[in-house]
Amino acid sequence: MGKITSVEGLVLEAEKGNKKIAQVVIEQQSHELGVTVEDIWQDFAGKWQVMKDSLNEGMVGEIKSASGLVGGDAHQLAQSAQQGKTVFGLPFSLLIARAMAVAEVNAGMGRIVAAPTAGSCGVLPSVIFTVGEQLNAPEETLVEALLTAAGIGLVIAHRATLSGAEGGCQAEVGSAAAMAAAAGVEITGGSPRQAAAAAALALKNLLGLVCDPVAGLVEVPCVKRNAGGASVAAMAIELAIAGVTSTIPVDEVIDAMQDIGRALPCSLRETAEGGLAVTPTALNIQSKLHKS
Amino acid sequence: MAGEGGIFDIIGPVMVGPSSSHTAGAVRLGSMARNIFGMKPEKVEILLHGSFASTGVGHGTDRALAAGLLGWRPDDARLVRSLETAREMGVNIIFKSTDLGDAHPNTVLLCLKKGKRYLEIQGSSIGGGKILITRINEFNVELSGAHATLVISHQDRPGAVATVTEILGGHNVNISSMRVSRESRGAKAMMLIEMDELPPYSVAEEIRSSLVVEDALLLQPLTSMGV
Repeated sequence: MGKITSVEGLVLEAEKGNKKIAQVVIEQQSHELGVTVEDIWQDFAGKWQVMKDSLNEGMVGEIKSASGLVGGDAHQLAQSAQQGKTVFGLPFSLLIARAMAVAEVNAGMGRIVAAPTAGSCGVLPSVIFTVGEQLNAPEETLVEALLTAAGIGLVIAHRATLSGAEGGCQAEVGSAAAMAAAAGVEITGGSPRQAAAAAALALKNLLGLVCDPVAGLVEVPCVKRNAGGASVAAMAIELAIAGVTSTIPVDEVIDAMQDIGRALPCSLRETAEGGLAVTPTALNIQSKLHKS
Repeated sequence: MAGEGGIFDIIGPVMVGPSSSHTAGAVRLGSMARNIFGMKPEKVEILLHGSFASTGVGHGTDRALAAGLLGWRPDDARLVRSLETAREMGVNIIFKSTDLGDAHPNTVLLCLKKGKRYLEIQGSSIGGGKILITRINEFNVELSGAHATLVISHQDRPGAVATVTEILGGHNVNISSMRVSRESRGAKAMMLIEMDELPPYSVAEEIRSSLVVEDALLLQPLTSMGV
């Protein structure tokens, strides 16, 4: 196939060849970038390993960011849930703990994979890991899922943006959730069309999310928005594998995200001049940090 | 391994957090400065502008720039200790805030010194870990670091460009972009040549021996691929 410009294009190509979206993505990218399929696979398998390492580090470790604003919450949540303190069950608690774990490692200057960005790096590892664990899926299936996610991300980068400074948090955590939802569906053995529906269902629920980091740091509310992104992705996966569809097709949802991003004032696009960043508590935190 | 763009940019880079622009991009800016300087500096004065100055410390921008100056990559876990390591290695780094006018919000001016050797280099982190070098000493440039690049400081004289392109042609290297600037006729000049492929390292030596050059440096492309 030619350049990847729509999720519908990916779905049609997959249906035509009776393939997963992941397979279409790796073959097309191999052709377009002039890199072998094996080299792409090695690169993605390596990145998946880094993702798992960062996830484990955040779950067991007691992390603190340089500012001291975030760290340790993932560990606390996992401990509490493992002792039976959970309403929706251990897998859900671990899902959101893992998303925060990776985001905390990032805030603490640990090693992560930007997916698609550093600020939203927790969503994809947490969703792929947890779906894989629930279904006892082999490692290759999880690396494949990372390729599925990359395919959705390519389309978003082409039609809209993955940058918070351009499109707000919807472009970072929203995109990560859409990518993770499609990836999760492919791990379950769902169809390419169901994967596309999951991406739409996830992104629709995060449209309009602004980027308003306290003191301009990738900490508050970023770490917990990774938990939000993972839970929205989980919701979208459940809907999609039940056969529920999105009335608005995913490519149109992505286009809507771009329009919304353009309509957002600059103060809500990573400048720390609006939203949560200018609340009395945030301003107080900011002045304390600047003094020290 | 080759491979820039596409899905490698969507899932990646592998990096030390917390910010692709303020951390990963800053490492790359430090690396470019070190590579263009061509050796380990003794003293580096780093002037931070805009968002680099206001939120830089919280994002580890200072440590990231130091890591780059030490030749480390954006995914090097030693990044958190780069300032200490630089001191131990005898690299004296000083940070200051500055106002570079209407430059990009994430801009830094690095002044590198070793003995008589001195280099000023200005660059910006323009998003997603991508960078742009905008000034080398007195010359305005546009250098992304994405391609293999030759940086040649030389005396302006007829035939200089032809000499260099002939050497590259001899190695079957294709030039993708070229920029020549000079202070004035017959004075100091700079050639920046981006190439499709990385030529053998001996070309820098060949250029030094066939042209009146102050310096000729070959820079490897920065890449987002690989872990």
